[in-house]
Amino acid sequence: MTLLQTQNLSAFYGDFQALFGINVTVEEGETVAIIGANGAGKTTFLRAVAGALETPPEAVIFDGRPIGHKTAHEIVRLGIAMVPEGRRLFPSLSVEENLLLGTHSERSGPWNLKRVYELFPRLHELRRLPAPSLSGGQQQMAAVGRALMSNPRLLLCDELSLGLAPVVIRNIYECLAAIVAEGTTVVLVEQDINRALDASARFYCFQEGHLALTAPTRDFDRAAITAAYFGM
Amino acid sequence: MNWINILIQGGLLGGFYALFAIGLSMSFGIMRLVNIAHGDLIVLAAYVALVVTQATGLDPFLSLLIVVPVMFLLGYALQRGLLNQTLSGGLLPPLLVTFGISIIIQNGLLQGFGAYDHRLQVGAIETASLHLPGSLSIGVYPLVVFAVATLAIGCLQLLFYRTRLGRAFRAVSDDADTAELMGIDNLKLYALALGIAMIFTALAGVLFGIRTIFAPLSGPIRLILAFEAVIIGGLGSMWGTLIGGVVLGLAQAIGAALDPTWQILAGHLAFLAILIVRPSGLFPKTRD
Repeated sequence: MTLLQTQNLSAFYGDFQALFGINVTVEEGETVAIIGANGAGKTTFLRAVAGALETPPEAVIFDGRPIGHKTAHEIVRLGIAMVPEGRRLFPSLSVEENLLLGTHSERSGPWNLKRVYELFPRLHELRRLPAPSLSGGQQQMAAVGRALMSNPRLLLCDELSLGLAPVVIRNIYECLAAIVAEGTTVVLVEQDINRALDASARFYCFQEGHLALTAPTRDFDRAAITAAYFGM
Repeated sequence: MNWINILIQGGLLGGFYALFAIGLSMSFGIMRLVNIAHGDLIVLAAYVALVVTQATGLDPFLSLLIVVPVMFLLGYALQRGLLNQTLSGGLLPPLLVTFGISIIIQNGLLQGFGAYDHRLQVGAIETASLHLPGSLSIGVYPLVVFAVATLAIGCLQLLFYRTRLGRAFRAVSDDADTAELMGIDNLKLYALALGIAMIFTALAGVLFGIRTIFAPLSGPIRLILAFEAVIIGGLGSMWGTLIGGVVLGLAQAIGAALDPTWQILAGHLAFLAILIVRPSGLFPKTRD
């Protein structure tokens, strides 16, 4: 079943057009990667789906319903949660308070504080500390946990690996596998192509706001990706 | 001259100033709204109490049962219907709009009540005082107001740090965009914030209306005192606001003891001195 579909999705920052007629389809339970160079429009795409940018109603279809016109807080309630680029934890809140913020979507489901602490035991030890005192990897775990607390059907992850050590990145992607196993559909945005392709079944490659290539990750052709990635 | 007496009176006066400042501190802390109409809203609350006491014969204290909900609803509607529309364009639009609201309230009150002084009467408690050893005497009413201010800030602190709503307020204050992505309806939350701020504005208006005369144009001086208390205490810190009020009250009392004409000036000078020494106030909390 198709969970998310964008139809001819375009997005603007003022007069600047960042996305040009993007068509992306994500099936329920699937993990899809979106790759591309800096400025390709990956983050813009996630923000448009999450409702942070204005789009026409029919440009984003979620679970068969047009949601392009809805605001960000309405979309979370429908079951799309975002792990924003750079974590964006709330600095004056403790780790646990950051996690609890995820419950404002008022959705029920498998995820609660206990389950998130089981997934990220380290966060349980650190739960009373202010969010900024955590290391980058711990902050990323808290940001993923916060998104899970809203019990999303679709999880949007923006640059999970950004600025983290390889061993930490591996740890986080292992946890992501556990999240996917729970039945959550995931859209991953990554600059780290190998990491993204390892974790996903299909990928879309964006280039300067256009869709340059899409294929299953199993039989991808490196040369084709390089061409799509850099536009050569 | 009994200096201890003067310091006590000044400190208790700080309770009034802290009450003035709570609403301003909240709306700036949560939505970065500099509310120029804040002083006029305090005066408006006093007039609402005046109307209620005259219409129903209720005691001004009891009139709070009506004034507080009225001001809460006014705050909610003002934010939802008007101020929310000004928030996306930077600092200037809310300044201009609240300046306009200030002028509308002042002239509306002039139109409705004339340029006369009014006062809310509560009888004996106004002048009652406690006599302590060492020829100290403490006014009961200022003491009650100081206790109310402390209690009010304590309650707000509990709201901010112990409740789900308070957590949402702090999150929105930190990063409004991300809060929206987590499912918080920022605009509704802002309306609630101004509504709650107006509860304290109502308290300030009624309690000060009992102590001092008010007139349609007495808002701006209250706004300045509230601003000074907030800035001295440090933006975003509620206990800081209480201490800011006390500093202001102490400075005024000391100034007045030296020369009665110096009272107001001494408060402003203390404010300037603290701005020079600690530009971000004594206990700053809010980040930009």
